[in-house]
Amino acid sequence: LDHLERLALVDFRDSEGVERLQKAIQFADQLHEVNTDGVEPMDSVLEDRCLYLRDDDVTEGNCTKELMKNAREKVEEYFVAPPGNIPLPKLEERDTSLEGS
Amino acid sequence: VSAALREGQTTPTELCQKCLALIKSTKFLNAYITVTEETALKQAEESEERFRRGQPLGVLDGIPVAVKDNFSTAGIETTCASNMLKGYISPYNATVVQKLLDQGAVLVGKTNLDEFAMGSGSTDGVFGPVRNPWSYSRQYKEKSASKSHSEDEESKWVIAGGSSGGSAAAVSSFTCFAALGSDTGGSTRNPAAHCGVVGLKPTYGLISRHGLIPLVNSMDVPGILTRCVDDAAVVLGSLAGHDPKDSTTIQDKFKPFELPNLPDVSKLSIGIPKEYHAPGLSSEILALWSKAADLLKNAGAKVIEVSLPHTRYSIVCYHVLCTAEVASNMARFDGLEYGHRSDTSKSTESMYAATRREGFNAVVRGRILSGNYFLLKQNYEQYFVKAQQVRRLIANDFRKVFGSGVDLLLTPTTLTDAAPYTEFIKEDNRTRSAQDDILTQAANMAGLPAINVPAALSERGLPVGLQFIGRSFQEKQLLTVAKWFEKQVEFPMIQLEEMMRHDHGVLQHQKSASFS
Repeated sequence: LDHLERLALVDFRDSEGVERLQKAIQFADQLHEVNTDGVEPMDSVLEDRCLYLRDDDVTEGNCTKELMKNAREKVEEYFVAPPGNIPLPKLEERDTSLEGS
Repeated sequence: VSAALREGQTTPTELCQKCLALIKSTKFLNAYITVTEETALKQAEESEERFRRGQPLGVLDGIPVAVKDNFSTAGIETTCASNMLKGYISPYNATVVQKLLDQGAVLVGKTNLDEFAMGSGSTDGVFGPVRNPWSYSRQYKEKSASKSHSEDEESKWVIAGGSSGGSAAAVSSFTCFAALGSDTGGSTRNPAAHCGVVGLKPTYGLISRHGLIPLVNSMDVPGILTRCVDDAAVVLGSLAGHDPKDSTTIQDKFKPFELPNLPDVSKLSIGIPKEYHAPGLSSEILALWSKAADLLKNAGAKVIEVSLPHTRYSIVCYHVLCTAEVASNMARFDGLEYGHRSDTSKSTESMYAATRREGFNAVVRGRILSGNYFLLKQNYEQYFVKAQQVRRLIANDFRKVFGSGVDLLLTPTTLTDAAPYTEFIKEDNRTRSAQDDILTQAANMAGLPAINVPAALSERGLPVGLQFIGRSFQEKQLLTVAKWFEKQVEFPMIQLEEMMRHDHGVLQHQKSASFS
């Protein structure tokens, strides 16, 4: 659970959340009833077509002001983030540390 | 009504004002999150100028339309019914929105949905649930054994279906002539069936997804909701086509088409997939399905039973692929560049975690967690890859059937008519979605076009629709049969008592379902 919460950066909140995941996994287990030997996984329904490529020319951009409007914390043209490289506290302590939010 | 505009029987501003007034008087439906009154009137005025000069842009000029709130609209709040994007003003228009505006359509508002389009009832958004307009129809009220009074009426309203419930309700209650929805597992066809309107899911790759906030990149498509099939064809004509900004749109040139006035189905072969007789299918709908098959037979079409053996796994497959793609797509919401941001600033990670816990509701969080679980290295092969393999099997089922000479499939759209809200919320979102998407999901899995056509009213006085699934990129054929079917069943118009009190002039134009 700790691993998942760290990867997803989303919390289960309570036992209901954990239960929901358990049920979801059980539900997904039904997939194993199907025999898929020799079947190629399908990424896209358009797999038989070529992806569109265009020339590497700049056709739009220069909308920094517009984009910055939506950010809450910024300095000049930088998005400001809190200090990085600090791991999330362990599961037990996490809820209290996020309590402030 | 488009003809009426051209002939000067009414004007775009008049039309716009009436729609806006209607939106106000039907506020209790909660179909709209944002009503863009000022910009709509401005667009209407511009349209009126064009008509005055005798130079309307096309059939859609001056026509009020609504757009689901997960499409980006420049300068207008785009929320996806989530706290994460409350107050987010998009800096650009989604391609489909731009196309509508370029044709002169008047955008009256953004419609309500399930948060991030996850759900089948339009009940799980932060702005509250959408109420099905039919809950307030004479047809429904007459059938609900009313020894009761208004207190009971409050609790009997039915859901609009989801996740594009707001769009469906908006079209169904005459507040706009067409609306955009999105369809990932049935999200356009499901509410269309419950609200008695036409809901078209185009082939994946036909219409641009640029600006549609993604749920499942490999299955999402913008959906079209209108009151009649001809209207859907018109809207499709203005939206379809390659978009350099969306590399999943095909490059083939799209030729807009008009549907024949007297559609002919006699040369077609229609398949009835037996697996769509799913457990839980109401006997009414089963009977309706049968009747429709007979109608087609009598018109000369060849109607045969076919089999899509992997149908029952499509929901499970969807469950895994959807949650996996969601886990990836929702990762962009970290509070830094846009959207909600938590006040926590101890560290980047804790800020992200807090932002996401505050911004997303339980459904979204649940799916992200499930998705991450299925994508863990230890689970990747067993779940994600397995689901992709099952996806191919499902797509192959369709390929085989279409390859054997069948032109279209006829199936029910939903298992039952719309449930009362109080009943619907007894089960959680995932269970409901799993139940309700069963008949619509496989078309998304295989990327095929599908359409819901309102067929009849149920015993409770609520709409029930039937679904046609067509071959890839054969929308013309699909819509032709849909139009034929629509003409055959003569689905009744909703009799909204609130509207009856309005001045009759309004109804005259609003009721003309077709605007082509």
